Amino acid sequence: MKAFKLFLGLCFLLLNQGLIAQIEGEVIKPFKANFLLTNATIYTVTNGVLENHDLLIENGLIKVIGRDLPEQNHTIIDCSGKFIYPGFIDGGTSLGIVEINALRETQDYMELGKVTPQMQALTAVNPNGVAIPVTRVSGVTTVLTQPRGGYFPGTAALINLNGYTPEQMYGGFKGVNMNFPSAARSGSYDNRSLSDLNKAAKESLKEIDELWEKAATYLSIKKKGGELEYYPEMEQISKVLDKELPLLIEVNAAQDIISALAWAKEKQITPILTGVAEGWKVADKIAAAGIPVITGPVLALPTRNSDKYDAPYNNPALLQKAGVKIALRTMEAENVRNLPFHAGFAAAYGMGTDEALKAITINPAEMFGLSEQMGSLEEGKNATLFISDGDPFEPKTQIQQVFIKGYRIPMTNRHIRLYQEFLNREMQP
Amino acid sequence: MNKKLLLLAGLIIWLGTEGFSQKNPVADVLIKNAHVITITNGTLEDTDVLIQDGIIKEIGANLKAKKNIPVVDATGQYLMPGIIDAHSHLALEIINEASSPITSEVQMRDVIDPFDISIYRALAGGTTISHAMHGSANVIGGQNVTLKLRYGTADPEKLIMEEAPRTIKFALGENPTRVHGIGKNLQPRSRMGVEAVIRNGFEEALQYKRVWAKWEKDKQDKKINSTPPKYNSRLQTLVDILEGEIIIHCHSYRADEIYMLIQVCQEYGIDKIVFSHVNEGFKVAPELAKYTMGASVFSDWWAYKFEVYYSTAYNAAILTKNGVVTSINSDSDELIRHLYHEAAKTQRYGGLSDDEALALITINPAKQLGIDQFVGSIEVGKQADLVLFDKHPLSIYAIPQITWVDGVKYFDRASDEADQRLKINVKRSPDPFLLSTGTHNCMQDVDMLFTENQHY
Repeated sequence: MKAFKLFLGLCFLLLNQGLIAQIEGEVIKPFKANFLLTNATIYTVTNGVLENHDLLIENGLIKVIGRDLPEQNHTIIDCSGKFIYPGFIDGGTSLGIVEINALRETQDYMELGKVTPQMQALTAVNPNGVAIPVTRVSGVTTVLTQPRGGYFPGTAALINLNGYTPEQMYGGFKGVNMNFPSAARSGSYDNRSLSDLNKAAKESLKEIDELWEKAATYLSIKKKGGELEYYPEMEQISKVLDKELPLLIEVNAAQDIISALAWAKEKQITPILTGVAEGWKVADKIAAAGIPVITGPVLALPTRNSDKYDAPYNNPALLQKAGVKIALRTMEAENVRNLPFHAGFAAAYGMGTDEALKAITINPAEMFGLSEQMGSLEEGKNATLFISDGDPFEPKTQIQQVFIKGYRIPMTNRHIRLYQEFLNREMQP
Repeated sequence: MNKKLLLLAGLIIWLGTEGFSQKNPVADVLIKNAHVITITNGTLEDTDVLIQDGIIKEIGANLKAKKNIPVVDATGQYLMPGIIDAHSHLALEIINEASSPITSEVQMRDVIDPFDISIYRALAGGTTISHAMHGSANVIGGQNVTLKLRYGTADPEKLIMEEAPRTIKFALGENPTRVHGIGKNLQPRSRMGVEAVIRNGFEEALQYKRVWAKWEKDKQDKKINSTPPKYNSRLQTLVDILEGEIIIHCHSYRADEIYMLIQVCQEYGIDKIVFSHVNEGFKVAPELAKYTMGASVFSDWWAYKFEVYYSTAYNAAILTKNGVVTSINSDSDELIRHLYHEAAKTQRYGGLSDDEALALITINPAKQLGIDQFVGSIEVGKQADLVLFDKHPLSIYAIPQITWVDGVKYFDRASDEADQRLKINVKRSPDPFLLSTGTHNCMQDVDMLFTENQHY
């Protein structure tokens, strides 16, 4: 009876969960091969939904998408009744640069000083962070990981969630983070008066403008071939002025967003706005400026007590409907796996599933200048994708297999291994 | 003459408590043609639910209501019991009395804030009952209070669910050892000390009980020289725990500390205990099933501090499959807005059935709070705390439409408006933008002791 129960348990694990039961001594690691995924429903994002199609992965790329592709030394994965989606992209996280947030020793997302644009998030990415395999089995394959704090906290990097070194994980996009000075209160404990807040914000912006001028001088000397002292802060900001690196401006309150738009116009740059919690109040202005937005978390509290309860849920839809290009983010580290649920809420509250899907695939790919390589299922793009048994926004759906740049990712992690170990304990009380 | 005075006094007292006291509002409503998710009796298709005086009167087909009873056409929609959050700090002005490792004398019912906008926002997420808890700074914290989210009153008393039994907060592990051990150089500094604090507390309570028992006996024996012992509310509360009058809700994470408290409780004959958070509960699931009233867990929180590093999102599923009465709680003014979604995550992480998943936020937390005879399922005779969804509540696309408490509609998406604060306070108050929207948490009010991040 016990053996039968165990057998049932195993069947349950293998069939229902799509989990691979652990065999003692077995080494599970990502591996690359030529995979033929057959008879799937393919959500291409850019070319609609293809029923009963095959998808061939060769050399890490999507080689062909078509019907009845011939088998030639491929590892066949039967996807009848299943769905293939491009890997999801989270537009703002601290995944890989923090292990346990309460332990300062593991917080690598914040450097000392207000102006540290040269600090590279990619340098601090731990490829073996426990949260990485926990995240990728959800279909989130790629994240922007970013530093925080101060005016210019550092440089964010896009990483794929597979690799042994930060370089192998690097997804091909970097951007300089900036926190736009805010006239907002930082929390309910913050009891500065409105005029004090405004004054502080103005002074901060003045400091940033002075830095900006300095960087302009630095750049002009550099362009003229003049001699420069080692000044990494200016070197990095000047790259933004020179449009070599984009600027990611974190801004949330409506009046700050307006100021940030004016500031960007004055500096003649096209940044990406991030956060944008009150974007719904000034959506038309953001759309008119033609500036893309990475917004979220969607599952968040309203930023004012007078707001309607669903303001954060509605925000992505209201921005998108106004004509703003939208990507989504979780701002999580260990729970980036919830990105599909943030997208699902955005979808339910007005955005619809198609647009919400774009907001975590092709839209961020386009914002990062990587739409030739990722963000949709098209021939020639990276084979970064996953197979599911249903709508990946639905919690009930199981993500059955993830591929990152052609690597078949083991569908396990510490959470799953603990489940396997403790579901039916041997020694009872 | 004396008799007359006594009668008069009695009448005044009766009028004071019964005659003049305002009852909490109740209402009538007939909900037609819903998918009725009863929780305890499956899902009934195309079914009507009749509510009278705030109580579920009838469940069936083609129910007729008296004139003037409002009728809600719920065709194609999903009706479920109001969601119950077994661990919340919603609507509390103060959360921690962090002045001693044991503060069993303090009561959360004294610090209810009926103006908290989070109450309305929780209703908008289908939550009707929250267990308003003391924080986790102390090993034995204050006494909690179970709230019915009757938003719109300025009277804190009106939020209290008076039928609910007494509960008290305990806390193990990093929070009490950090606040008292690291913060003040007081025991407990370690998990050994946490056990010692509890045992010392219980032993002192037993002594206190004996002293009172002796005095009672002396009084009976008419020993004229005995003076009554000094009343001590802290120790009396511990006595009440030992006598089974109070349910312990214990903040805990690691398997070792959970097992420690199970053993202590066994020794002192305590069986009314629920473990909260209990991230490593999955490791001692059989023990939790055998000796406790269950576990109230997060759906997926982990790794924010060291004691939750070895967690799994499959916790609720493992506990459920091992027969533990399991609930999913929020401990957050944000999460309390979508506990139905948190429950749905157990379908991804462990494949729970719809009924199992929804029990985690209805009948199971009701059992843990000792209120399952009143709420937690849709049954005739139970209180009409209900929520109507447009789609199945475990779907990501489900949006709560109407929330009732005692048959009274407190949230209706169709007529939702901005600034719900005006329902209680007609004066518009300043409304700054909050960059980090503060959510009440377990370690609130002790932050000044530390410069590091907040810990839950």
